[in-house]
Amino acid sequence: MKKKQTTVAFRGTPEQEAQLKAVIEKYRGTKGAMLPILQEAQDIYGYLPIEVQTIIARETGVSLTEIYGIASFYSQFKLNPAGEVAINVCLGTACYVKGSQDVIDEITAQLGVASGSVSPDGKFSLEATRCIGACGLAPVMTINGDVYGRVKKNEIAGILAKYK
Amino acid sequence: MDTVNIKINGRPYTVPSNYTVLEAARAANIDIPTLCYLKDINAIGACRLCLVEVKGARGMVTACVYPVNEGMEIVTNSPAIRAARKINLELVLSNHEMKCLSCSRSTSCELQTLCNEYGVNAGHFAIPHDVTYKVDDSSAAIIRDNNKCILCRRCVAVCDKYQGVSVIGALDRGYDTHIGCAFEGKLGESSCINCGQCIVACPTAALRERDDTAKVFEALADPKKHVAICTAPSVRATLGECFGMAPGTDVEGKMVAALRHLGFDGVYNMNLTADLTIMEEAYEFLDRLQNGGKLPMITSCSPGWIKFCEHYFPDFTENLSTCKSPQQMFGAVYKTFYAEKHGLDPKDIFFVSAIPCTAKKFEVQRDGQSAAGVPDVDVAITTRELGRMITVSGIDFVNLPDEEFDEPFALASGAGEIFGATGGVMEAALRTAAEVVLNKKLECLDFSDVRGTDPIKRATYKLGDIELKVAVCSGTANAKELLTRVRNGEEQVDFIEIMACPGGCVNGGGQPTQPAKVRETIDLRAVRAAVLYKSDKKNDLRKSHENSAVKALYDEYFGAPNSHKAHEVLHTSYVKRGLYNK
Repeated sequence: MKKKQTTVAFRGTPEQEAQLKAVIEKYRGTKGAMLPILQEAQDIYGYLPIEVQTIIARETGVSLTEIYGIASFYSQFKLNPAGEVAINVCLGTACYVKGSQDVIDEITAQLGVASGSVSPDGKFSLEATRCIGACGLAPVMTINGDVYGRVKKNEIAGILAKYK
Repeated sequence: MDTVNIKINGRPYTVPSNYTVLEAARAANIDIPTLCYLKDINAIGACRLCLVEVKGARGMVTACVYPVNEGMEIVTNSPAIRAARKINLELVLSNHEMKCLSCSRSTSCELQTLCNEYGVNAGHFAIPHDVTYKVDDSSAAIIRDNNKCILCRRCVAVCDKYQGVSVIGALDRGYDTHIGCAFEGKLGESSCINCGQCIVACPTAALRERDDTAKVFEALADPKKHVAICTAPSVRATLGECFGMAPGTDVEGKMVAALRHLGFDGVYNMNLTADLTIMEEAYEFLDRLQNGGKLPMITSCSPGWIKFCEHYFPDFTENLSTCKSPQQMFGAVYKTFYAEKHGLDPKDIFFVSAIPCTAKKFEVQRDGQSAAGVPDVDVAITTRELGRMITVSGIDFVNLPDEEFDEPFALASGAGEIFGATGGVMEAALRTAAEVVLNKKLECLDFSDVRGTDPIKRATYKLGDIELKVAVCSGTANAKELLTRVRNGEEQVDFIEIMACPGGCVNGGGQPTQPAKVRETIDLRAVRAAVLYKSDKKNDLRKSHENSAVKALYDEYFGAPNSHKAHEVLHTSYVKRGLYNK
């Protein structure tokens, strides 16, 4: 899948940068360490924006393009931060059959946030997830950990209103 | 050497045990088609055109990555293999923009050639959601058109492994996989050095030079313009390839004739300003050496190398010679000295250079390259573009009688000639520097330690009581290795020649493309360089400082090398660009 570039301003702190540099130091000289570095960088920042990947490129000497190639290849790496309100819609088989794509489309239409991205103010993020194991509630979505089952299109506005 | 006994198509062969099936087959004169394979740097088994049958193996295997072993029985040509390759070609075509009629690589496209061989007309596998890519034309030199890309990754391998630039890579995955810069950035805004090695590696036209031929044709048709052209040392060694001539054919005379047919008002020899560069550079070097200037001094003729230095070694920009490249010196001399002498307004002069290089297209736009207040050179066209101009103008290149360059910029030394090959600039500079320092004629003019296509060459020469350590390298990945050692104090050098392209300009990014298969069997770098060394050898004039045309320039205009006037016209400055600053 094509990854979407973030439009949210980077809010990294010097502490996070120090943590990241310690991680890179830990792996210095280890061959094939880019994956664990990226994983730990994502643990620190929550996602991998250009600012974070640039630090990694500078510190490791691996080109930014090569790093971005890895980050854009694996679906576990995020280029967008989670929003204050993180919406996850299950796109597992059962939910999909029950119409979760319509749910995603409706949320995108109402919030202007495409799947895999975050609103420019960092408020709402929308992710399509794999099966979350609640097929009995299909189609299912979670918002900041709250679970909503058997979601119907016409209920979405009401649900979202609670988080605005 | 360990060998193994194998059978290919039922016939026995003994081959080195470290061979792949592909290498074994090609050694036995059996061709296996490839698209993604690039010897030494890209063996990834991705295009799946090199499928063969190996007895006992499950399914067909990719010959480019499959090692031979004792007793192996290989079939390279069967109905099943041909059918599989055909299907794979159809798959490659399924999202290929098939605009072959006017494509710049038509007839030199490796994909087109294979489709022709296998009788494939179209992709029969329509992609459910067809993707159209925006053409990236942000760079002054290189156009990337992913609609023609087959994802072979040859460009990625070259950019990383030969050049150490690694500014392009495979991004995203599945149907969305495409080649691009980090975070979908534009090539023109990246740390791309414009060397164009990706273009000569590309089997299709997904990478191509910015075509500036229309600008040249327009100027030629404008009666108010005085249009002149100079040709770089190595163009004469390769232009014939555009017309089906064998690599290594010297076509200097035909090239000059063709340029006159095209209607240029002056057809000049850039080898002359290569001599001028040597005068400036040799004296600059001796000045640095004797007066405690910044050492090692590094040559500045290769604009790909210059941009590489500015991005990757900004701490070395003071080490760069301040001399403009021969191309820029020519334009500068033409629009100052020549224009003044002939009462021409520099604004009415349209100066073109024919070069083996795509980075020169960027160089003409740089700051500090306009001695007469207008750009020294208006347009730089590659050997390939020049070939196309000659073809479309209906000039029967192969049968043209030889002609000579125009005076007063015709005479050039053998030293200027060898500028086009790795080691050539160093050798030319040494011939002049040595005679200046020793104040006597050298008996042997061949500095053979700095010749050849080795990645990094080192030599020590004694000039009187001065011991001079020099190094020569080509391919910016090698430059990275050498300069890192110099930076860390692991190596002491006084003078370094660096050319961005492996083997120097003869293998430049603007040179005629040759299929990967040809590059594998012929060392193009050596074959093309031989043209230059042969011509140097038979030239009576082999030292830049003995070139009477260059002497005349100093007598009439510049005074002496590195004079104030020379600095105004023939020297430039550099920018510390760094990396990832945007």
